[in-house]
Amino acid sequence: MSLKLGVPSKGRLMEKTVDWFARHGIALGRSGSDREYAGYVNGLEGIELILLSAGEIPRELAAGRIHLGVTGTDLIREKLAQWEQQVEELAPLGFGQADLVIAVPRVWVDVSTLDDLDAAAAAFRLKHGFRLRIATKYHRLVRDFLRDAGVADYQLVDSQGATEGTIKNETAEAIADITSTGDTLRANHLKILEDGLILKSQATLYRARGAAFSEAERVTLAQLRARLGID
Amino acid sequence: MADRAATLAEALRLRAIFEAAGALPVETAILQPAEVLLDLYGEDIRARAYVTSDALRGEQMLRPDFTVPVVQMHMAHGADPARYTYSGEVFRRQEEDARRPNEYTQVGFEIFEREAPEAADAEVFALFFNILKPMGLRAATGDIGLLIAAVEGLGTTDRRKAALRRHIWRPRRFRALIERFSGRAPVPETRAALLAARDPMADAGPLIGLRGPDEISSRINALREDAQTPPISGDEVALLDAILAVRETCPNALERLRDIAVDMPAIQGAVGRLERRLEALLARGIDIASLDFEASYGRTQMEYYDGFVFGFHAEKRPDLPPVATGGRYDALTRQLGQGREIPAVGGVIRPGLVLDLGGAA
Repeated sequence: MSLKLGVPSKGRLMEKTVDWFARHGIALGRSGSDREYAGYVNGLEGIELILLSAGEIPRELAAGRIHLGVTGTDLIREKLAQWEQQVEELAPLGFGQADLVIAVPRVWVDVSTLDDLDAAAAAFRLKHGFRLRIATKYHRLVRDFLRDAGVADYQLVDSQGATEGTIKNETAEAIADITSTGDTLRANHLKILEDGLILKSQATLYRARGAAFSEAERVTLAQLRARLGID
Repeated sequence: MADRAATLAEALRLRAIFEAAGALPVETAILQPAEVLLDLYGEDIRARAYVTSDALRGEQMLRPDFTVPVVQMHMAHGADPARYTYSGEVFRRQEEDARRPNEYTQVGFEIFEREAPEAADAEVFALFFNILKPMGLRAATGDIGLLIAAVEGLGTTDRRKAALRRHIWRPRRFRALIERFSGRAPVPETRAALLAARDPMADAGPLIGLRGPDEISSRINALREDAQTPPISGDEVALLDAILAVRETCPNALERLRDIAVDMPAIQGAVGRLERRLEALLARGIDIASLDFEASYGRTQMEYYDGFVFGFHAEKRPDLPPVATGGRYDALTRQLGQGREIPAVGGVIRPGLVLDLGGAA
């Protein structure tokens, strides 16, 4: 059997992953047409390419159905409880950098820190009769972060896309989302809280701790580690 | 881990003891409307309870504890006073420690009683103490009411007191607030700039979202007022710290708290309640001279206990959660009572843990 490597199946994340492996002398590509989700690996024997949605790679790693996988730190930490016990970080890939941050309307001149957010949430709840809504798709990460910071009287509302728009649409008062340059936040009249950085994320190569490795697969992994310069 | 049949048998045995103590057995639904629990505990409950939903009733939670449904039931049509017992499963998400069960049985006893709250505290504690006595557990007691009273008595604005009261159950945030209100933590730069600005809204950008300009300006006013407020004195902070540091046997703790109350008269009422509770415990045959009292006990539990709190722990098994816990939750009945309230105290035992530790019979 060969070592199964899970790679994002489309978009910039896929292109950059292919570039990164190419720099280490390993060519990844689709075997047939652009629409086919089967791939080839040239440059190192014994690796099978599995193309997956980046969001499914954490789950596949946790289940041990793939040995290695490329996905964002944010997705691993959001989707896997006690992620360190389930996967090992082999190499940060240096792209897909993004910060998971808490942002509020720029017009909230009285709110710059989590301390302010907590106080504003208490007053908001008194006035509106419900808890201040924070739109996000990173429920676990945001909840853990706000619990550690002792922020109360908020609620998370699910937003799987266009999260910056939820405030203008009045389905949320604040957001917790991924941003790389902050342009989208600024364009939507939002600002990041000073201590509102939850996580710095980037594309990372992971090894599944729970996957079964045959002797041949172990050898392949050692060769791959050597090729990638990972001790 | 004890098997299910044995756990159920132990639960029935415990419930029979509570019934013999005058409690009416009650049942509650396993599926609870999520809204009530979310309103009470906030978003944190989602990390602890299983949430499910359907298109008709919306979000439901698998019962994370009995206290809320039992209080609701009592407030809707309970006798006054009343004693209840129940036994059944509760469900807790476990994301940190896979060895902890996510489904376990609790047996509880609750008293709703307007008269002599200290006597009711002692009745619950003594009942639990005597049931668990054969197990050699360590009993810990505390009283959240002391800290609440101390906060009320601080020489500062109502707004600051309200902020502190809100975070009694979040010790880190509470500490951060104390640091700021006492002037030990520096004012954040952005806060200073905001307070110094002639027109804070000058560069604010367009108004978006539901939180309106009135809310923003009222908070700015509150911040301005707060900036003019003198810091909470070092003496008062030292007294708060002294209260939180009390960790003694009950009689020594009482003496210590009486000393502190000389300088902080606001806690005299709470110290008086502690004294009456100890007398009531003594009258029920509890050896208070060897019973532990920790003033900060129960602060990191779910935030509904607001007076007497207690727990029974297996000292040789620090990996296990407490075998039994309980306390007074007067404010919870106020929140769930829609305009009515009744003092209440109670607790739960986990029969599965009782059996795991060798039984209490």
